[in-house]
Amino acid sequence: MIPVLPTPHLSSRTGAWRMLRPVLEAEKCNGCLVCWLFCPEGSIRRENGSVSIDLDYCKGCGICARECPRRALRMVEEASFMGEGGGKLA
Amino acid sequence: MRIEELREEEFVCGSFACAGCGAILAVRLALKVLGPETVVVTTPSCLLGVTTFYPQLAFKVPCVNVPFPATAAAVSGLVAGLRRKGRENVRVLGIAGDGGTVDIGLQALSGALERGDRFIFLCYDNEAYMNTGGQRSGSTPLGASTATTPVGRGAKGEDRPKKDMLRIVAAHNIPYAASASIGYPADYIRKLEKAVKAGGPAYIQVLTPCPPGWGYRSDLTVHLARLAVQAGQWALAEYEEGAWRVKEVSNPRPVREYWALQKRFAHLLQESGGEG
Repeated sequence: MIPVLPTPHLSSRTGAWRMLRPVLEAEKCNGCLVCWLFCPEGSIRRENGSVSIDLDYCKGCGICARECPRRALRMVEEASFMGEGGGKLA
Repeated sequence: MRIEELREEEFVCGSFACAGCGAILAVRLALKVLGPETVVVTTPSCLLGVTTFYPQLAFKVPCVNVPFPATAAAVSGLVAGLRRKGRENVRVLGIAGDGGTVDIGLQALSGALERGDRFIFLCYDNEAYMNTGGQRSGSTPLGASTATTPVGRGAKGEDRPKKDMLRIVAAHNIPYAASASIGYPADYIRKLEKAVKAGGPAYIQVLTPCPPGWGYRSDLTVHLARLAVQAGQWALAEYEEGAWRVKEVSNPRPVREYWALQKRFAHLLQESGGEG
């Protein structure tokens, strides 16, 4: 008899893959959620009319910045965040 | 369904998919529509390799891994088992890449379609065997350079047209079959909702651009999925109750604009001197 086991969610933190980091200019964001919709990793969170980015999982693909209709996101070299958690293994 | 109405919860998260992977985006959106009462059945493919690399499990719904040709056979078995247990509310979603659908998985899929089981089959089409290094599949478009249809002296890339899988599936007279693109998410989500409501087998083939396989920068995935439709290289079609509907392109783009962004088509532009 094979036991029926629950399905655990064992994800892998992939933030360390990132070469470019999406940075949000909150004043430009109108909360349209296009970035949230298109993020392949689901690393954008909806937040009261705006969004935030989960850097534990963001791989830095840049789709969010490219698709944002208001250009509220831009991709910044990850190395420039050295000293504030940038370049570290997630 | 509007964007705001989609579930916040992620059902596939923390995978090893390449940055900018179109396939994982297609699966993520599909599971947001189908919800937690879903069982995924998948086969050796990029999707399986990036979500279930032991002990990793990136799905939050049960995921059954089966041999390459067997996706739809396992789907049939699960549907029968769930029916026997009185749990027909659970949705069974078979997912395979284009190779696992139009080539290797075709026989099992045909059988399951013929039996008329109630399930959804999602084919994420990245137009080659990307998991093993980008060999051509039946779904590779004419002219594309792949690992097994290279460009060189006497070789000009894929020399056969793309297999018309949607018509093969529709020929089984199933309730619902459609092609979609992650570049048109509202259309894709609407088709997923229709697939959920179909009283029998439903098939969706979604175009999912692949940054390493097609040779482009990872931020272009959604742009290329949209451009493929605008350049007439991918149709948004629907087969429902015996009738076809194809979305008309209101803003057509020249095909060379689509080719120019991808290494797999670079030779086509060189041959024509950039005039395409």
